Amino acid sequence: MEQTPQHQENRQVTENAAENAAGHAASRAGKPAASQAAQRQSSSVLRAFLRHRMAVAGLAVFSILVLMAVFAPWVSPHDPYEVGKGFQPPSAEHWLGTDQTGRDILSRLIYGARTSLLVGVGAVSVYVIIGVCIGVIAGYFGRWIDSVLMRMTDVVMSFPYLLVILVMVSILGPSLQNIIIVLGILGWPPIARIVRGSVLSVKNREFIKAAHVLGFGKLRIMIRHILPNVLSPILVNATFGIATAIIIEASLSFLGMGVMPPMSSWGNMLNSAQNISTLSARPWVWLPPGIMIVLAVLSVNFIGDGLRDAIDPKRKTTR
Amino acid sequence: MMRMIGRRLLIAIPVLFGITVLNFALIHMAPGNPVEMYINPSMTQQDIELRKEQLGINDPLPVQYVRWLGQLLKGDLGYSYATYQPVGEMLSGRIGPTLLLMGTALVIAYLFAIPVGIWSARKAYSWFDYSATGFAFLGISIPNFFLGLGAIYIFAIQLKWLPTGGMYTLGKQGDWTDVAMHLILPACVLATGIAGNMVRYVRSSVMDVLGQEYLRTARAKGMSEFIVINKHALKNALIPIITVIGLDIPLLLGGAVITEQIFQWPGMGQLLMQSISSRDYPTLMAINLLAAVTVLAANLVTDIAYRFVDPTMRD
Repeated sequence: MEQTPQHQENRQVTENAAENAAGHAASRAGKPAASQAAQRQSSSVLRAFLRHRMAVAGLAVFSILVLMAVFAPWVSPHDPYEVGKGFQPPSAEHWLGTDQTGRDILSRLIYGARTSLLVGVGAVSVYVIIGVCIGVIAGYFGRWIDSVLMRMTDVVMSFPYLLVILVMVSILGPSLQNIIIVLGILGWPPIARIVRGSVLSVKNREFIKAAHVLGFGKLRIMIRHILPNVLSPILVNATFGIATAIIIEASLSFLGMGVMPPMSSWGNMLNSAQNISTLSARPWVWLPPGIMIVLAVLSVNFIGDGLRDAIDPKRKTTR
Repeated sequence: MMRMIGRRLLIAIPVLFGITVLNFALIHMAPGNPVEMYINPSMTQQDIELRKEQLGINDPLPVQYVRWLGQLLKGDLGYSYATYQPVGEMLSGRIGPTLLLMGTALVIAYLFAIPVGIWSARKAYSWFDYSATGFAFLGISIPNFFLGLGAIYIFAIQLKWLPTGGMYTLGKQGDWTDVAMHLILPACVLATGIAGNMVRYVRSSVMDVLGQEYLRTARAKGMSEFIVINKHALKNALIPIITVIGLDIPLLLGGAVITEQIFQWPGMGQLLMQSISSRDYPTLMAINLLAAVTVLAANLVTDIAYRFVDPTMRD
């Protein structure tokens, strides 16, 4: 939930980036060495990204989390569902202690990475697809279709993200799929706006007109000629979106409205800390999952910041 | 100017309409209907059918929507499934505490973030700038509930400086210093994410202005650095910040739900969580509607205010 305004701020920035990218692409399109230029551009983006130290550190941390999630069954010392003696403090047997039903906290932490990443990547994929479709349709067809779709976007954006997610999850019932679905059907407006803006800025350029004259279908023009121009701002937005989705999943699970135990999620591992005696006497139960959430979200945010700086030439900063 | 305001208001009308439609659709996605909620064992099938007829549940959805909208316009938000009280009454007692919490958080966030952001921009790439940016990212990335639990652990349990939650100490109702003590932790927790965003926003905004020619002119005229920064630079740098205030409102509303839950602050967020656990859909929808309308209004006001202070945006 913390990300929303940053999101909006990104929107303005990424919209500029979209126009830049579109401009580049348009000027490139006429040249025969288009693919060479594209290659040169992407390698300079990579170099700019690698100069952003925090982004590289974020990428490293995030890669470790991904490996942890993929290889969870092999790296976790215990079965995350195996119950035993509750609230054991950290020991040689259980490095981070056990939770209220005696499940090993370290193992649940490792499995929790799966939940967070699944929700982050799943929800963002869903809404990127929806956002791209709506944005392209609105931008390309314009007129009343555009107005209707943009008012729809305003409506969805008017509902405070976390509130409406809570209400929808309470109606659908809390579960992993439902969180992904709900985040997916509510997260698309920024993407739709970026895509629409970019479509509007390129649709009257020569290379699109040329494609029309050549008799290419509308669908082909959209997919082959318009979409590549918006990929980079979408990528930036989606990266920040993953961070938002991870925080929201954790918050919902913490409130008991997200991923339900016994399935492990960093958020629901913190749930028992709502009890004051667990909070005060057993910090090993709630501190590690909290730190994991911060690490995951921070690393994704740094990656997003690095990508944004690398892609948008106006925001040259070296860190 | 007036025409612009008028046009913005006209655009807001279909959005407002859409908000009510979406809200109504959500009510009807919810399992169960009001009759099931009021059922008692002595009712026969006939009674239930009669009751359904009276409540208009057998009417087509558009008819029900128009009726619901009509009641809404008269200020009738329906009755709670959980307490059987009018929803309007339940909400009215909760708005004050939530506004107090959100307002304090906003003031704390800006009092902290604006000077830090300005200083960060003036001393760009210094150790101060790097640590400010680092902390800003941390503030954005740390979930409210974890920060809240940490704050309770440190300041209420270990140090015993502040209460763990609630709004009053029992028997001390109406004592403002007592409320203030209860307010500090939740307001600071809620302020963190907003402050983090704001620091980054102010920094980039001031950086943009600092590179501009007219500041060099001001310096060349022999103005002191203090006046150049505080009078000439900030005036222009802080204009875009107005838009951020509008964007912070939905964030504050979402954050308030979690913060109120952790600190047992008796506001709308807590009511929302209670309504979720008791499946009290009328209350839920009323809160959602109120929040959406607030966000819409905030966007409208910032949009107009922005055009008002920035002459280049006027049409």
